[in-house]
Amino acid sequence: MTVVNRSVLPIRSQEDIVRVRQATRESAVAQGFSLVDQTKLVTAASELARNTLDYGGGGEVEITRLSEPPRRGVRLVFTDKGPGIADIELALKDGYTSGGGLGLGLSGAKRLSNEFSIESKVGEGTQVTIARWR
Amino acid sequence: MEKIPILKMGRFLLVTVQVDMHDQLAMQLQEDLTDRIVAARARGVLIDISALEVVDSFIGRMISNIAAMARVLDAETVVVGIQPAVAITLVELGLSLEGVRTALNIDRGMSLLQERLAEEQR
Repeated sequence: MTVVNRSVLPIRSQEDIVRVRQATRESAVAQGFSLVDQTKLVTAASELARNTLDYGGGGEVEITRLSEPPRRGVRLVFTDKGPGIADIELALKDGYTSGGGLGLGLSGAKRLSNEFSIESKVGEGTQVTIARWR
Repeated sequence: MEKIPILKMGRFLLVTVQVDMHDQLAMQLQEDLTDRIVAARARGVLIDISALEVVDSFIGRMISNIAAMARVLDAETVVVGIQPAVAITLVELGLSLEGVRTALNIDRGMSLLQERLAEEQR
């Protein structure tokens, strides 16, 4: 697996969430994703960027374009130094929210991705990694 | 401050979302619309989201909220122009926009609103 391109964006404001969506779209287009695949990845990115801002108190996303012939992919790693998630299984349940949301962010992003992993330590922060391939 | 324009067409309000909205802008639209429904005594709201390439759970919730608020204010909401890729993604995300009427395009959305108004006046 080779890295074609890598960039890091801050997630500090609502405008940053829009920028994450745009940068994710650019990467998906560059990797030749279909429109549906682009939309799924961008939507997942939007959910996770909002989580990083709202629950993690801000952080960053690393966007990596991957090549593993014959397939090509985009990997997104969201990192925050927020309060962390005590019960990841619960956080992944549809409809569960610790804030005022619909509780679809994490579970929805997982469904919209081909790969999904989450690491979190209470008091230290959370890292969510997703990838989508074509 | 940037705002999403709300146009009045007879008894209806027309909103065309043409920018990738950040969350505050979406919240602002919710407030502006409810104000305008009351001020204009509007009976219907048509929201055209054909230019939106992404509808995530936040925007989806905003759309549901607008429809619910409008209903309380005696106005019907129709969302038109959802792109096919957006529809696929919405359902996979787990969002079905319950309680929100949808139509393929502005013409059909407008017909829906007019039919409802005509039925009431019968």
